[in-house]
Amino acid sequence: MDYFIELLFSGLTRGSIYALIALGYTMVYGIIGLINFAHGEIYMIGAFTSFVVATVLSIYGFPLLAIIVLAGVCAAIWSSAYGYTIEKMAYKPLRHAPRLSPLISAIGMSIFLQNYVLLAQTSDFLPFPELIPDFAFMEPYAHIVGSSDLMILVTTAVVMVALTILIKFTRIGKAMRATAQDRTMAMLVGINVDRIISATFIIGSSLAAIGGLLIASHIGQINFYIGFLAGIKAFTAAVLGGIGSIPGAVIGSLILGLTESFATGYISSDYEDVFAFSLLVLILIFKPSGILGKAETKKV
Amino acid sequence: MKFGVRRPLLAAAVALAFAFPAASMAADTIKLGVAGPHSGDLASYGLPTINAAKLVVAEVNARGGVNGMQVELLIEDDVCKPEVATNTATKLVSDGAHVVLGHICSGATKAALPIYKDAGVVVMSPSATNPALTQSGDYPNFFRTIAADDAQAQAEVDYALNVLGLKKIAVIHDKGDYGKGLAEFAKVFIEQSGKGEVVLYEGVTPGAVDYSAVVQKVKRSGAEAVIFGGYHPEASKIVTMMRKKRMNTQFISDDGVKDDTFIKVAGKHAEGVYATGPQDNSANPISVAAIAAHKTTYGTDPGAFYENAYSAAQALLNAIEQADSTDFDAVTKALRTTKTDTPVGNINFDERGDAVGVGFAMYQVRDGQFVEAK
Amino acid sequence: MFPLKEFKKSLLVALWFVALTFPLMVIQVDPIERIVNWRWNNMFFVAIGSFVLSVVGKAFFARKEQQLSKKRTAQNEEVQDTIFQRVLREPRYLWPISLACLAFAIAFPFLFSTYQTNVMTTALMYVVLGLGLNIVVGLAGLLDLGYVAFYAVGAYSYALLNHHFDLGFWTVLPVGGILAAFFGIILGFPVLRLRGDYLAIVTLGFGEIIRLVLENWNEFSMGPSGIANIDRPGLFGLDLSLNMSILYLYYLMIFFLIITIFVVNRLQDSRLGRAWVALREDEIACQAMGIDKTKTKLVAFSLGAFWAGIIGVVFAAKTTFVNPASFTFLESAIILSIVVLGGMGSIVGVICGAFILILLPEYLRALSEFRMLAFGGILVLMMVFRPEGLISNVRRVYQFKKNDRGEK
Repeated sequence: MDYFIELLFSGLTRGSIYALIALGYTMVYGIIGLINFAHGEIYMIGAFTSFVVATVLSIYGFPLLAIIVLAGVCAAIWSSAYGYTIEKMAYKPLRHAPRLSPLISAIGMSIFLQNYVLLAQTSDFLPFPELIPDFAFMEPYAHIVGSSDLMILVTTAVVMVALTILIKFTRIGKAMRATAQDRTMAMLVGINVDRIISATFIIGSSLAAIGGLLIASHIGQINFYIGFLAGIKAFTAAVLGGIGSIPGAVIGSLILGLTESFATGYISSDYEDVFAFSLLVLILIFKPSGILGKAETKKV
Repeated sequence: MKFGVRRPLLAAAVALAFAFPAASMAADTIKLGVAGPHSGDLASYGLPTINAAKLVVAEVNARGGVNGMQVELLIEDDVCKPEVATNTATKLVSDGAHVVLGHICSGATKAALPIYKDAGVVVMSPSATNPALTQSGDYPNFFRTIAADDAQAQAEVDYALNVLGLKKIAVIHDKGDYGKGLAEFAKVFIEQSGKGEVVLYEGVTPGAVDYSAVVQKVKRSGAEAVIFGGYHPEASKIVTMMRKKRMNTQFISDDGVKDDTFIKVAGKHAEGVYATGPQDNSANPISVAAIAAHKTTYGTDPGAFYENAYSAAQALLNAIEQADSTDFDAVTKALRTTKTDTPVGNINFDERGDAVGVGFAMYQVRDGQFVEAK
Repeated sequence: MFPLKEFKKSLLVALWFVALTFPLMVIQVDPIERIVNWRWNNMFFVAIGSFVLSVVGKAFFARKEQQLSKKRTAQNEEVQDTIFQRVLREPRYLWPISLACLAFAIAFPFLFSTYQTNVMTTALMYVVLGLGLNIVVGLAGLLDLGYVAFYAVGAYSYALLNHHFDLGFWTVLPVGGILAAFFGIILGFPVLRLRGDYLAIVTLGFGEIIRLVLENWNEFSMGPSGIANIDRPGLFGLDLSLNMSILYLYYLMIFFLIITIFVVNRLQDSRLGRAWVALREDEIACQAMGIDKTKTKLVAFSLGAFWAGIIGVVFAAKTTFVNPASFTFLESAIILSIVVLGGMGSIVGVICGAFILILLPEYLRALSEFRMLAFGGILVLMMVFRPEGLISNVRRVYQFKKNDRGEK
């Protein structure tokens, strides 16, 4: 039974990280219908920014709590700034272009950002400071679930709730939903669509940055390439849950994380990704628009 | 030989000129090609080789060159990809490289070697450890200054079974060319020895966000030690995860892990980890000088395979000097017969191309440093 | 000429970028030695660089805008084509140009070095791959992100058959193609119901599955260490030297390319080709017209896959070594970029796209470590400035002239 619980937690941790990244994918997709391939890179930049900030602060002797807060805030600010700039430079000019052009622009942006960080910082792996301390009350359970796992789960849950409130009840959330439903109509009722799109990128990017900070401090290392695989996985999760749907992204991520964890635990980690992708294909065969995606009905 | 010493060189140059119309003809410099990943995710394994080559060449040129000829570097990137490596190799060959230092990754090396072989270019890798490269006999133009994977796997298994006296071993690898090859050898050696058993044999996906599921599996298998084949980023993730789960399973790994970055990244969790690596050369004055030269020129500690690359560059240039020619047969003969003083010891090469006198030693992390474990 | 307001804006842009790149460009930390390295001069470079780029970019967009408004006021009813597109449509220009290109291609190995020829062979391979994917993405409108899987199927069929049974290049060539086409149908079936981006992710997954299986199933594919010493293509049992075989492969690729262009061109105008275009434009209307959707989609997948399989075989023969690392998602992305960048559905466009994307990184080698940075940046810039692709496909337009029937 212990083994099962261990795998369950490991899957939930993985799923939570995927969820933080997948939300950015799904929000951007919901609003402008673009697969933002550079989103994984935003997550990486978030992790790097928090690394730089946290290390500088710890060198100057700040207390741990201040470091965590400042690193998180800075990561979110700079990641959002990158997300905002990327949207303005690489996607906005392509808003009326054929559907695949922004996709290629996104792939180019992703290659660009990876190499930018490689050149600006280093190609080496860097040790990420352990920001999440081992909580004393967790010690009896440390062999099953670590403090950082718990921290990731709690943070993700809090972020989800906050995001749901934002989308459901605030003015900007309503405007976002309106834009997602029908951009032209939203414009007609006086919503500044450009601003809403920017806001979406900013929110999505800051979530990714938080994800970057958490996972980097969980596994203790970063380099410029971490965004790629995480991005692909999160994208898979977003589609699995039904791209464009926010609860869908979370559910898809958790399912993906758990599948990988249990496949590794009970079968073999050699094929963990094969299981993940097979599950995706299987679900999409029976539910072609993902678990919570709305089936597209078209009137003729 | 009836011909003067210069003749074979001339003949070689003419042959080369015939073969590659656009190749530059100047025979007044020795062209040392350097190939490896200089960009992309594996760049950190390739860049130290450039530094090593630059330093060796600067030193040789300052001394007056090789038999009066200056050495010129031709640096080409192969991103560790086989399909790019063939282009890189063709480029180096058509630019007239006489000898090549590289490639870094075994896969890229395998793809590039036939091209060098046809052009009669000697290749020496500081890091390609795939056993087949020398043992298959397919590549008479290949040499290396690092011992092959099977020797390394043998060293790891011997240490785990005989020195540490462990019985149950989990073999983990990173699904890569290097890591998986090594893990397979380790598995076979454990089974053959009859002293221990392989309780788990699994691959992990490099770059995955978290390895806790695999770590749980190791714990459940009751392994006393993990033998890991792969590179340090995954190793440090697995070790960190194991220690966070309060497991004190021994961790034994390879020279992809015996890198100071591993200790930096894994921090306190690195303590007690075993890793095989090239023999300790810190008593060797040439090695000390080579590292000091890197520090004064680049201001940092040298990276992966630096000493092997430094040695390879020295061995190649020395062989050309001894042979007084860049002719393929003369250079290979010189590599096999004459010894060169290098950071990895006084070496020459056997018939298959492996360096004689280069082997592995076992290291353990103690107080944040790799110390040779006796 | 250049108003002060714009100047101020550019200054702001520069300031924004300085702030944006500050943590990564200026600060470098060494967490072990606990040293912070402030690289202030980088900040200076970023400021100057972004300012200049912003000024240039603004000037460019201002000109583009001017041209656009001019066009609008011109009130020209006829669709304005670029000179290039007009040339492409006129057989009397097209033929001489194609022949000149062909002559140049044939003379190429004698004008340039072996290395250049080798690189050109790679580029030609990608042209054919692009044309193959163009059938799926450009014509049938099915976004395929796992095209590299079929490429891998072709490459591994040659590698394995050559390794185990010593089969030659020419024997395996059709086998590889057909096997890949078969895989195309296998992939095609489950995804028939999927649309747009759902299709994209499933194909991506499919590509990854193929690669992972090759990586993990050692008994079958020799795992990550790959298969080495694959025979180069033979020419009537002659033993070719390296140079000769590079030359041979080059001409072989020219030959394949001509066949591919011919076939794709004929396909485009065939019943099937028009069915694909109809499917891309509107699935429902297409069904209503009595087109068998299932069959049309499956044929698109399998034909696209067939070309990838063929080129896979050539790839294995060219590198003489295959391992799973050559068939990553990035490869699919590059091939897709070729199609989109060149202009979807346009043969000439795909050819241009492939040459740009494959030759660019080779010639950017001079930039050494900035190579991939420049590559990514250029990809973005090209899309921003030419969103339709370099040469967009010319739709056949029928124009009714008012005077034909004597109307007013």
